[in-house]
Amino acid sequence: MIAPMDADLLSIRDVSVSFTTESGTAHVLDEISLTLRRGEIMGLVGESGCGKTTLARTILGALPPNARARGTAITFDGRDLLTIDPREAADQIRGRAITFVPQDPFSAFNPLFTIGDQIFELLRWKSPDREAGERGYPRTRRRADHERALALLRRVQLPDIERLLRKYPHEVSGGQRQRLMIAMALLPEPRLVIADEPTTALDVTIQAQILRLLRELAVERGVSVLLTTHDLGVAWEICDRVTVMYAGQALETAPIEAFFRAPALPYTRLLLDSLPSGENPLRGIAGDVPNLVNPPPGCRFHPRCPEVSDVCRASRPPTSEPAPDHLVRCHHPLAVP
Amino acid sequence: MSETPAILELRDVQTRFPIRNAWGRRVSWLRAVDGVSMDVARGEVLGVVGESGCGKTTLGKTIAGIHKPSGGAIRFEGNDISRLSPREGRAFRRGLQYCYQDPGASLDPRWTIGGALAEPLVIHTTLSRAERAARVREVLAAVGLPEGHLDLYPHEVSGGQQRRIGLARILMVQPGLIVLDEPTSGLDVSVQAIVLRLFLDLRERFGLTYLFISHDLAVVRLMSQRIAVMYLGKVVELGATDQVFTAPRHPYTQSLLAAVPVAGGRRVSAGALLQGEPPSPENLPGGCRFRTRCPRAEALCAAEEPALRRLAGGGQAACHFAE
Repeated sequence: MIAPMDADLLSIRDVSVSFTTESGTAHVLDEISLTLRRGEIMGLVGESGCGKTTLARTILGALPPNARARGTAITFDGRDLLTIDPREAADQIRGRAITFVPQDPFSAFNPLFTIGDQIFELLRWKSPDREAGERGYPRTRRRADHERALALLRRVQLPDIERLLRKYPHEVSGGQRQRLMIAMALLPEPRLVIADEPTTALDVTIQAQILRLLRELAVERGVSVLLTTHDLGVAWEICDRVTVMYAGQALETAPIEAFFRAPALPYTRLLLDSLPSGENPLRGIAGDVPNLVNPPPGCRFHPRCPEVSDVCRASRPPTSEPAPDHLVRCHHPLAVP
Repeated sequence: MSETPAILELRDVQTRFPIRNAWGRRVSWLRAVDGVSMDVARGEVLGVVGESGCGKTTLGKTIAGIHKPSGGAIRFEGNDISRLSPREGRAFRRGLQYCYQDPGASLDPRWTIGGALAEPLVIHTTLSRAERAARVREVLAAVGLPEGHLDLYPHEVSGGQQRRIGLARILMVQPGLIVLDEPTSGLDVSVQAIVLRLFLDLRERFGLTYLFISHDLAVVRLMSQRIAVMYLGKVVELGATDQVFTAPRHPYTQSLLAAVPVAGGRRVSAGALLQGEPPSPENLPGGCRFRTRCPRAEALCAAEEPALRRLAGGGQAACHFAE
């Protein structure tokens, strides 16, 4: 099943996710629409609680049981992930065509097995050579997988690989664990890697190394990456386009240069102005993130927005395109030069 | 260095932790803080930066008396507080407070906010009930909270307000020096800016001195007058903020600054990067500890450990080749 190459790899149309909780139904994602092109790195930025991790898990099909996803479609490579047969998703999509790099590489490993065991167990089920529904692990595939793993571990610049494979996860450093996670995410030769805050737990010097590695590998393999981060500096480093989310709504999508130079959304402007720097004085955004059980009607940012008017409280703004490839959902977008 | 008298003087402070084998026998020492000497002037904000494991938190906790120093002297307002018993130390420590990453998390859920705020005064002062209440109201207003909050419990206010209450509690006893340990990590940028502003306002209002410990270089630059850069238990560079950021002398400071992403600026992951990872503090390299990652390392660096020395033009750095 090969889709035409010019089509978008992933297209999310009006997807909403709600969670049933003790205090009521939390509307965590509200009519999200988003497209991801082949080979591009898309940054998903926003403050904690804005729903970026929930969106990542919705795409993966890994929502907790109390969550319900609705919407028009999540089209990935010609298949709708909202209506796909769960067995097909487990066999061909999750961990194969779409893989995941977690924020905390330590808790993602099982502490009781060596790193090598865990990598080869992954390849037994998710190797790109595995036929659909194959049960055993033929010797020829095992040998090819072993070679494939060693080559990739060398590529992510891990030292002394034969010894590393016999170590347990606690015996390697955080930077090395994240290199291993990136390698494991790429071993199944996916078309989309979802990286959820992959460098948040790392020091800046290691973060710079990991970001470079992620970008290089994505470009050389033509893999699309959806990178969620709260750190605008990280998004600036490696992304091609950025989408900003607030309280479960995707409000602006722009190419990286335009996003940082001339955002059309008042929230993006305030977020950029809140970054600590020598030039601007300290400015934050007054007010709190809204409660998602009972979110504000209309645009969810309106209680904190300086441009607010009655129409913002009454209705969700339509999507407009102030510049080519620059989408914004705001009743009062800022002028884009 | 400023002319005002130092509120805190550190002389060769060391904090070591024993490394024990499976039978409980000590096999070696982990030198978390290994010979730190510096002064903090009254009224200044001294930033302490470094990567995880560099000893910045251990240094802060040693100053606050949470860890006992293994060697060296810590003089606070002229008194050596490093060898005092807990009872003797209490009188001095009133002026020296330690603020955890999230000060709100250390509130007792079963105490009202008013009760939690008055408690330090009960312990440390002889004020009457009415005087305590007046002081509580004054400090509560200073951190920007309404008086009605005094009868609430911590779970009834938002996380940001809990943080303010935790800060208010530290301010109750009128400390001179506050050790702020990663006070904004885990905060979103929009909230971070508001919290940082509060720190600056409170400092102005109460004449506070901060030791501002953080891994976030942009935040430290904004807050501090001077900066100490730590690497594996040692201060490798110390100087005025502007100087450290615009013309860093130590190769580690240079690489650290070069690795910080700046939104809208040059892309750091596209340039030359510091390779490798810091060695384990349990097993330090001989000579200069940075030499295993240093782009300028030579034979001299392995043979001899450079001391922190004053450089022409102000500032100090611990490198054989810094000038």
